[in-house]
Amino acid sequence: MKLSFQLNGDAVTAEVPDHTTLLEMLRDEFELLGVKEGCGHGECGSCTVLVDQKSVNSCLMLAAYVNGKNVQTIEGLGGAQGRLDPLQEAFVKHGAVQCGFCTPGMVMSAKALLAENPSPSRDEIRWGMAGNLCRCTGYVKIVDAIESVCKGGCSCGKGS
Amino acid sequence: MAKVLEPKTGRPEYQTVGARVPKLDALEKVQGKATYIHDLKVPRMLYGKILWSEHAHARIRKIDTSRAEKLPGVKAVITGYNTPEIKTGFFKDNPVLKKDKVRQFRDEVAAVAAESEAIAEEALGLIDVEYEPLPAVFDPVEAMGKDAPLIHEDKESNVLKLPWKMVLGDLDEGRRQADFVVEESFSMPWVTHCCMGTSGCLAEFHANGNLTVHSPTQIRYLAQRDFRDAMAALGLKDKRVQVVTTAIGGAFGSKLDTYPFEFITILLAYYAGRPVKLVFSREEEFFATPSRQKVEARISQGCKKDGHLTFREVEMVLDNGAYTSWGATTPSVMMMPISSLYKVPNVYYKAKCVYTNNIYATAMRGYGNPQATFAIESQMDTLAEQAGIDPLEFRMINANTPGELTPQNFEIGSCGLKECLEAVRDSLNWDEKKGKQDGRGVGVGSLIHVGGGARIYKSDGCGTIIKLDDFGKVTVMSGATDMGQGSDTVIAQIVAEELGIDVEDVAVAMGNTDMETWDVGAHASRTTFVAGNSALFAARKAKEQIFEIAAPILQEPVDALAIKEGSVYSLNNPEASMQLARVLRAAHFKTGGTQIVASHFYDPPTQMLDKEMKGNFSVAYTYGVHGVEVEVDKETGHVEIIKYVIAMDVGRAINMMLLEGQLEGGAAMGLGYSLMEELHAEKGKILNPNFLDYKILTFPDMPEVTSVIVETEDQFGPFGAKGIGEPPLVGSAPAIANAIYDATGKRVRSLPIIPEKLVAQEDE
Ligand code: FES
Ligand code: FES
Repeated sequence: MKLSFQLNGDAVTAEVPDHTTLLEMLRDEFELLGVKEGCGHGECGSCTVLVDQKSVNSCLMLAAYVNGKNVQTIEGLGGAQGRLDPLQEAFVKHGAVQCGFCTPGMVMSAKALLAENPSPSRDEIRWGMAGNLCRCTGYVKIVDAIESVCKGGCSCGKGS
Repeated sequence: MAKVLEPKTGRPEYQTVGARVPKLDALEKVQGKATYIHDLKVPRMLYGKILWSEHAHARIRKIDTSRAEKLPGVKAVITGYNTPEIKTGFFKDNPVLKKDKVRQFRDEVAAVAAESEAIAEEALGLIDVEYEPLPAVFDPVEAMGKDAPLIHEDKESNVLKLPWKMVLGDLDEGRRQADFVVEESFSMPWVTHCCMGTSGCLAEFHANGNLTVHSPTQIRYLAQRDFRDAMAALGLKDKRVQVVTTAIGGAFGSKLDTYPFEFITILLAYYAGRPVKLVFSREEEFFATPSRQKVEARISQGCKKDGHLTFREVEMVLDNGAYTSWGATTPSVMMMPISSLYKVPNVYYKAKCVYTNNIYATAMRGYGNPQATFAIESQMDTLAEQAGIDPLEFRMINANTPGELTPQNFEIGSCGLKECLEAVRDSLNWDEKKGKQDGRGVGVGSLIHVGGGARIYKSDGCGTIIKLDDFGKVTVMSGATDMGQGSDTVIAQIVAEELGIDVEDVAVAMGNTDMETWDVGAHASRTTFVAGNSALFAARKAKEQIFEIAAPILQEPVDALAIKEGSVYSLNNPEASMQLARVLRAAHFKTGGTQIVASHFYDPPTQMLDKEMKGNFSVAYTYGVHGVEVEVDKETGHVEIIKYVIAMDVGRAINMMLLEGQLEGGAAMGLGYSLMEELHAEKGKILNPNFLDYKILTFPDMPEVTSVIVETEDQFGPFGAKGIGEPPLVGSAPAIANAIYDATGKRVRSLPIIPEKLVAQEDE
C-alpha cells in the first residue's frame, strides 16, 4: 500500500503492507525512534503522536489512516539547532523526566491537550493525560511542567 | 515544593549541592533521542523469541523443531537438548532452557532467531512439544506436605535449604513483660515492576570470540560475571565479555539478576553466528519477569502500659515459585524493620521459602521491606489501641534515636524518625482529625531502610575514575547505573561541588564494563551514598593533583589553595589565581608533562550479617514516615486519598528536585501496592498480563504529595546524604491501611485494599 502524508513538516511517501500500524511505520520505515512502544495495545500512551493535531495511540492506528494527513512526532517538536518546544523545556526544568520511556508520549499528549485547552486546571491536566502511564515520576512533576507552560508560555492570561 | 527541615547546626553554603539541577539526560530524553534496547539495531541483527511452557508442571516427552528450522528466515532454533546446560539464579536451580520437565507456565522450552520478529513468531508456532502433565502444587503450605509433588526432583523437599532465622534477646521474657499483646496475620500479593520499557537484550559475538551484551541491566558487572560463566559452557572460557548498558526504561529491581532470556539471547547469537536482539512484549513482561515476593506473615507484638515495646515475633511463609531468584533472599532485608524499626529489645523471626509451580520472585524496590513494614506498622496501630495510646504518640515513645545500637547490631548514626513523625503530625493536622471514624481518617506508616549501602555481597564497593581535560572540563567515569533515578546528576553535583566548578562542566560516563571500574549494582538505595562517596573521594584526589601543579605556578603552598568558580586561587592571596583549564594545559604542554586522572574505589566500612544475622551491614540508615488522609465511601468501598505526606530523613538533599521525584514516584508505586495492584494467577497461570487488568496508578489516581525533607547530615554520607531510592514506597501501605481503619473502623490485613474488601462484613 502506498501512502503520502505530511510528517513533521515534510511531505513524505511510504510503501507498507496493509496491516502495518502507524507505530510500526514510524519506527521501522522512518526511524522515528522517539515513538515508543510500551504495550502495543492502546493501554499506556507511550506511542502517542499527533495526527492532524489530535493525539492518537499510534500502536492502535493503521498506517493507512494517515494517508493525506498531517503526522507529528516528538522529533517534529521544537526547531533547528536543538531548540526545544516550551513543553519540552518545561519537562526538563521541572524534573518531569526520570527513565524517560514515557516522556515522548507524555509530551505529545500534553501538546494536544494544550492545543484544545490552553489553560487547563491541574485536574483538567490529570484527566486530559489519563491515557498516559508513567511508572517513575508519580505524575506530579509532569502536571507541574504542563501547568507551567500554560502559565507562562501561552496567551491564556493565567501567566504572570 | 518540598519543605526542608535543616539540621540544627545549619546548612553550609553550597554551590551545587541541594540545587534543583535538571537530570543530565533529560534533554536527550525529552527529544526522544535516548536509545533504549527497543531502539538498538546493529548490522545483520536477528530477532529472538522464546517458546513458553503450556503447563504449570509437566514432563517434556519430545520437542520437534524440524518444521521451524525449515521456515525461510529462521537462523537458529535452540532447546535444552541441543545446547549446553546453563543454570542461573541465586540457587542455580533455573536451567535457561528447560529439559525433561517444565515447572511453570513461564518456563522457556525453546527459542528461535530469525530475520524478523514476525518470522520468529511464526517459527515458534511450528515447534511441536509433547508434554505429559504432572500433578502440580500452587499453595506453599500444601507444597510443604509429605505427599506434595516435588518441584525439583533432585531435592528432598519443596522447602528451600534457606532457613531464615533471627533470635535477638529473650522472646519469653519479652512476652512476660508485656501488658498488652496482639497477634495478627497479614498477606501480601504478587505485584510486578511494570517498567514502561519492557525487558530485552542484544548479544553480539566478535570475530575473536569475545561477546558484547547490550542490556538495560542494573548490575552490569555481576551480569558480566554470569555471562562469562555461560561462555565457559560454550567452550569460550576466558574470552572477554563486555556489558553495555542501554538507556533503561525503568528497572525497580527487575533487572537486578540475570535471567534465562539473556542467556538464551547469547546462545542464539552464538548458534546463528549473528547478533540477536530479544525484547519482551508487554504480555511477556507481565508473566515472564519475576515479581515482588508474595508473603504470608503472622506477627505478634507486645508492650508495657507505658507503651514501650517488649517483643516482636514474626513468622513468614514465602511462595518461592518454581525457581530461586532474589525473592527468596528478601528476608535478609525484612529482618531490618523487624529488628530495628522502633526500639524493641526482644525479637524473633523465622521465614520459610517453599517451591511451588507458581511464578518466582526477584528484587523489587524495597526488597521485602514493604511486606514486613505493612505487617509491623499495621499492628503498631492495633497495639496502640489496645494500650489506649494515640498511635502517633505510641510511635514517638518507641522511636529510634541517633547513636542507638539495635538488637541486630545496627549502629544507627543519624536518625530523624522523631522529626519525621512531628512533621507528619503537623502536616496532617493529626490531633484534630484523628479518631473520628466518620468516613475520613488519618494514618501513618514509619520506616527504616539502609541508607549507606548494604553489604550483602563481600564487596559493596563502587569505582570512579575522574579525568580533567585541558579546557577545564571534567569527565567522571562511574561504575554506577542510572535507571532514571538521577544518579548521573547527583554524581555530577557532588564532583562539581568538591571541585568548585559548574555542574555543566561535568560529564558523567557510565554503562560500559570496559570503560568504567567495578560497582556491585544499582540496588539497596546505595548509589547516592556509595557511588557518591566514591566520586567525592576521587574528586578530592583530582583536586590534590591540581594543587600540586598549580602551587609552583602560583608560587603558593599547596595547602593554601582552593578552587572556586572554575579557578584555582590562594586563600592567602586571592589575587594569585588561575583558571582550571590553564592548570591542565600547564600539566600537558611541557617536557615531561603529566595528566590529571584520579580514581577511587569506595567500599563502605560495614559488616556482613553473621550466622546470628547480626552485623552493621549499612553505614547509615534512612528513616521516614508516610502520612495519609483518606475518605472512604462506605457504600462502594472507594478510597479517596485526600492528602499524602512523606517526611524523610535523607541526611542531606543533594538534588531537591530529583529527591522530590523519588518521593512522588515512590508514593505512586506504594499507593498502587496498597490499593490496586495484584498479579492474579489461576493454577500458576497469570490471568491479568496487561494494563487493563493489572491496574497501576494513572494521572487522576495520583494525589498531590507534600514532601518534608529532614536533613540530619549523616557523618559518613557524601555531604551528609543518605540513600533514598526505596523508602518512598515502604511506608505507604500501612499508612493507608491505618487511615482506612481510622475512617471506618475496618482493619484490612491483606493487600491490595480493594473496595470489595472494604464493603465486606468481616475484617480481612
Ligand atoms: S504502545 Fe501504544 S498505547 Fe501502549
Ligand atoms: S519517566 Fe519512567 S515511565 Fe515515566
